[in-house]
Amino acid sequence: MKIEILGTGCAKCKALEEAAKQAVAQSGKFAQVEKVDDIQKIMSYGVMSTPGLVIDGKVVSTGKLLGVAEIVELIKAP
Amino acid sequence: MWQELSGTIVLDWLGFSGRMGDALHFFLYDTIKIWFLLLAIIFAVSFLRTWFNTEKVRAYLAGKREFTGNVLAALFGIITPFCTCSAIPLFLGFLQARIPIGVTFSFLISAPLNNEIAIAMLFSLFGWKITAIYIGFGLAVAILGGWLIGRFNVEKYVLISVPPLSGDIELPTYVPSFKERVNEAWGNTRDIFRKIYLWVMVGVGVGAWFHGYVPAEFIAQYAGGDAWYAVPVAVLMGIPMYASAAGVMPLVEVLTQKGMLLGSALSFMMAVTALSLPEAIILKQILHIRLIALFFAIIGAGIMGIGFLFNTIL
Repeated sequence: MKIEILGTGCAKCKALEEAAKQAVAQSGKFAQVEKVDDIQKIMSYGVMSTPGLVIDGKVVSTGKLLGVAEIVELIKAP
Repeated sequence: MWQELSGTIVLDWLGFSGRMGDALHFFLYDTIKIWFLLLAIIFAVSFLRTWFNTEKVRAYLAGKREFTGNVLAALFGIITPFCTCSAIPLFLGFLQARIPIGVTFSFLISAPLNNEIAIAMLFSLFGWKITAIYIGFGLAVAILGGWLIGRFNVEKYVLISVPPLSGDIELPTYVPSFKERVNEAWGNTRDIFRKIYLWVMVGVGVGAWFHGYVPAEFIAQYAGGDAWYAVPVAVLMGIPMYASAAGVMPLVEVLTQKGMLLGSALSFMMAVTALSLPEAIILKQILHIRLIALFFAIIGAGIMGIGFLFNTIL
């Protein structure tokens, strides 16, 4: 499983990355968390409000700082 | 009711009187009133906003005709959440969907101008009429300013290539429940309030001091009564103050009570929100300085026009 955080360095983006890492640890799944800073790549996902959360290439949330519990649920969802 | 209660607390219970009592009464009354209204209004706006996001707005604006597009983009700017930090993805995202650059600017002007903090502060300090005037003229500046920028062939000043959207973009389809919307709105309200409550106190505090100690003649002389330069000076002063809009507005209220003309005050507040230096610096990464200068010049001129208009007719 691959989790990507889309963001160009706003405070919320860093917080979301942190929350995602914690969520992965809590979920017990094997997943890599990657921060995507490249604006062209962010655009290719069609995301305009950062931070965006992408799980396995699918955009699941934009413009929101999700809580750890919310991300755990998104990770566990099939 | 709260006016009398805060008066009783300061004047009777704490035993202050005279100018000191006057200033303290004003401070206590205004701070608590503004905090309360801020919480209520920011919550209401945040709650409404859970139905909108920029991705939906873009899908809706794509393919609209130019002038209609400008009007719709400016209107969406009121209700869509906007953060200076996502100005770049937003700008490029609109261009990617081949929304005209002028329409994109209409949105980019309207969104920060009609941000929830400015609207909540205006409403709590000046009442709904001034708030409506601010929003109405703000929309006019956004629509006409964006349209005008679109007339200048500025596409060449976008410094990175923007390939068109390939295929259909999958929007997140998840629909939050009522409770989740309330939670999200409350979370947002708390974040914003934490950021600005001290600024409000400082602003009201300095305002209370003005209110109690600085005579009206002094303000009229230096903050400009009807001198011609009052409006341009107000606009220039507003540019670097984006971060502290919450602290600046209580001051403006006191200044208007003491003789600053409403047009100058409106120009100043619009300059604080619409002409933001941090936003310009962020956009500099993808836009040529000439386009940013044009953007500032057109909006600045529009805002000054509104100031002069009001100073003349009111």
